[in-house]
Amino acid sequence: MAAPAQRTRTIIEASSKPHLPAHIKLRHDAGRGRWHVLAPERVFEPDPIAVEILKHCDGDKTVQAIAEIMAVEYNAPLADITADIISMLQELADKGVVRA
Amino acid sequence: MNEIMPTEKIAESSEAADLSCARAPVGMLCELTHRCPLQCPYCSNPLELDRVNSELSTEVWQDVMRQAADLGILQIHLSGGEPTVRKDLEEIVEVAAKVGLYTNLITAGVTLTRDRLKRLKELGLDHVQLSIQDVDDANAEKISAYKNGLQKKRELGAWVREFDMPLTINAPIHRLNIENLPNIIDFAVEMGAGRIEVANIQYYAWALKNRAALMPTRAQVMKSAEIVEEAKARLKGILVFDFVVPDYYAKTPKPCMGGWGKGIMNITPQGRVLPCHAAESVPGLEFDNVKDKRLADIWLNGQAFQKYRGTSWMKEPCKSCPRAEIDFGGCRCQAMAFTGDPTNTDPACKFSPHHAAFVAAAESESGVQTPPPFVYRRLGGAKEKVTAE
Repeated sequence: MAAPAQRTRTIIEASSKPHLPAHIKLRHDAGRGRWHVLAPERVFEPDPIAVEILKHCDGDKTVQAIAEIMAVEYNAPLADITADIISMLQELADKGVVRA
Repeated sequence: MNEIMPTEKIAESSEAADLSCARAPVGMLCELTHRCPLQCPYCSNPLELDRVNSELSTEVWQDVMRQAADLGILQIHLSGGEPTVRKDLEEIVEVAAKVGLYTNLITAGVTLTRDRLKRLKELGLDHVQLSIQDVDDANAEKISAYKNGLQKKRELGAWVREFDMPLTINAPIHRLNIENLPNIIDFAVEMGAGRIEVANIQYYAWALKNRAALMPTRAQVMKSAEIVEEAKARLKGILVFDFVVPDYYAKTPKPCMGGWGKGIMNITPQGRVLPCHAAESVPGLEFDNVKDKRLADIWLNGQAFQKYRGTSWMKEPCKSCPRAEIDFGGCRCQAMAFTGDPTNTDPACKFSPHHAAFVAAAESESGVQTPPPFVYRRLGGAKEKVTAE
């Protein structure tokens, strides 16, 4: 018998190491000149900042580490950036787009 | 399947182009065949089914996949009938994946073997959508006219988990299974699904023919909405819900297909390109075939796509309605089926002069204690006398 699938909610914290599961595809669409997240029967349209964050979701970096990079890049307070990233990734985790 | 494939925004952005305004469709539904071992009385296929010897060849489907990617289509839904009865499904999926399309297999799960699923995954199949009729064996058998289907679906579910593929359970809901909704949701969790479509039947084609046997009561629909809301909260982060309401009990129509010729196109087994799978029920439309024309030309210029694209075809009450670009007047096929004129507003809309009769039809049919027997979906079945016991 196959192993049971993940049946618990992913909770995103500063120490989480988020990644996109194999069936979720962050792709650049040359025709429309923008990025998409392709998911089962859904297409998400990330804004440019969300794209940056998702590119950092490699299962290796923590949310904290991603926030530090983004805080420097966008010259914004780390605490605010961290909270924003957690909120965005939690929402995506609840839609099955991000795991940690 | 889900009637449209919505797009969602991640975060806010003023500079993000709205995908739904882009000229290319986001999704394409490919009805590879009308053959199916099941005979569900709510099938979305037309009453006149395409025959096997008229189906498109492997090469044409492969070329359609290449054209679709060039056009800018992002996702393809391989459907039917039962798409796995085509022995060349693997060859079609292989090309689709290679050209970068997100591939979704929509299956009843009774004919797919473990080896074929494994091969499909290796070739790049992204997602499996498995339809169920009910989680009660006898009832599932009655609905589909197929023995031991549920057991086969459980097996397929186990293989999907074994190969670590994402799974959606599609549950068409109607009067015969609506009381089992909590068990249907439990089944999806048990199968490891990440999504469930609690899809109240939309009454076209076979479902319209069987409406009196399928329509749930308003009270049942309200109760099912409560069940879904409770389950959504309880299963947050575990199971994503898509809840499709039956529009007979709605006040505003659904934005059918997200707008005619806006986000989705549909290809029949013979290669006709439709704005929606029921579009052939609307008179006055000319459907192009992928054997004769390029997909991009059909999408941009085809008469059937242009006819009801946008809002310029509308008359009142749609024309001056503030929701004109929200729901696009609802569904042309339903307007045709119920009012005899496809340019009328959808009778699901409270502003339609036909709305009261539309609601009354649902209420009276669902209120009958013993519903009529099913007209099962099979070749020529719509012309037969009723055959179910």
